[in-house]
Amino acid sequence: MRPRARHPGAVLAALAAALAAPTFGDTPRAVSAPMPAMAAEVTDLRDGKGRDLTVGRCVICHSVEYIPANAPAMDRAAWQKTIQKMKDRFGAPISDEEAKQILDYLSANYSGKSG
Amino acid sequence: MSALTRREALLAAAGFFAAGARGEEKVPAASNGGDLSLATLRGKNPLIQRAFRPPNFETPLADLVPLYTGNAAFFVRYHLPVIPQVVTASWRLQVGGPSAQRPLALSLRELKGSFPSVSLAAVNQCSGNRRGLFSPRVPGVQWGNGAMGNALWSGVRLRDVLHKAGVAADALEVVFNGADTSVLPATPDFVKSLPIDRALDESTLIAFEMNGQPLPHWNGAPARLIVPGWTGTYWMKHLTDIRIQPTAFDGFWMKSAYRIPTGAFPTARFVSQETPETTPITEMLVNSLITSPTPAARLRRGEPAQLAGKAWDGGSGIAAVEVSVDGRRSWREATLGRDLGRFAWREFQLPLDTSSAGALEIAVRARSRNGATQPEALTFNPAGYHDNRVQTVRVEVT
Repeated sequence: MRPRARHPGAVLAALAAALAAPTFGDTPRAVSAPMPAMAAEVTDLRDGKGRDLTVGRCVICHSVEYIPANAPAMDRAAWQKTIQKMKDRFGAPISDEEAKQILDYLSANYSGKSG
Repeated sequence: MSALTRREALLAAAGFFAAGARGEEKVPAASNGGDLSLATLRGKNPLIQRAFRPPNFETPLADLVPLYTGNAAFFVRYHLPVIPQVVTASWRLQVGGPSAQRPLALSLRELKGSFPSVSLAAVNQCSGNRRGLFSPRVPGVQWGNGAMGNALWSGVRLRDVLHKAGVAADALEVVFNGADTSVLPATPDFVKSLPIDRALDESTLIAFEMNGQPLPHWNGAPARLIVPGWTGTYWMKHLTDIRIQPTAFDGFWMKSAYRIPTGAFPTARFVSQETPETTPITEMLVNSLITSPTPAARLRRGEPAQLAGKAWDGGSGIAAVEVSVDGRRSWREATLGRDLGRFAWREFQLPLDTSSAGALEIAVRARSRNGATQPEALTFNPAGYHDNRVQTVRVEVT
């Protein structure tokens, strides 16, 4: 299947809008729920310094929704460990200088670990 | 079920209601692991897209209601992104290794025709099912409740195939590889091993059918391993190679991944892979899933309502499912459904008292025939495995 760009926020926003409507118990109500789409590759990450390098290296092996999905479990140290694992264990072609830029980008944009 | 009810059930399954709709935030904070997205893989129903490549798609709660999980609704879990469509006519299963006395190769026709056929109902649950519910959060695919399903698997016994290849006395482990591969040569291929006794267990199968149909592509066509009672990581899909060997297999997916702290859980040991610190995950723990009512459901006062769900364990079978509606002060036994065998899940149900209005917290705990019950607290482990805490659902009687 050819990857295509999509807007992951759109589906959630539509659902949020639908759910924000008042509820009436079990009374059916008309909502325009989006039809589930054919699965497609998520290719966009948050804008920021280092994004293109990060996307470019990560998508060699995996779609990038792994990154926002894991953000709640991540901080700078966890991203450091993950990038190291991708380099050392999985053979990701990332130089030390690139690894630093990717770490800065992910730490700044996808670190959601609390406590 | 109306489309709306179904949609609500799907959302509830992913923890959407529990977490509340917060709109777009800098970092997804919902307890289900973030963005909820239903999408369709070719040949599948809409599933919760956890990741597109490698594909990791979760079964929505509504599709976990039937006794057998439908093939089109069954979850999809891969580690590597290159997943060939296997051509059955040219597919061969190679069986060899240093401890095989008579290495052989079998076509699918030979595999089906040379050994007694066996069918067995069993739960296939990903090791990381419910990882997204861990606290504190841990990295990995952020699964909710739906990285699991129950199916009728049909095929042949692995041990019959191994005996045809001749198992030498020094055999220690049996190693399994499938057709899926990585992009980069340096990425470790997804290869797993089993202890020889588990490989020779009569319940371990090479299956080519699921619920009476050929295995779907996304669930391992044309043949996969079935290791009833053990977590999904051992159920190698698109099986191509089996090696019997006298040594412990030292690949990444055994030595570094899918491991739990040694001694932390009361499950079967995998001695040849054990270190003082960590050991491979093996059997599933006793566990349950409430399918009805769904989280945050509103029940009408005075109208009949039913608690329903599924309970399973690592192969002892379910002895009882207990339900509390009074903050765990007292427990009542639910009615159990048909027994499909000790590796399948067991349905349970219990009428709910809706005579008084207000919030209702329903707690469910299953007990295995080996005496194990679901705990209140999570045994934290860094990979996010084995979340079998007592299940609760909060509803409102109005």
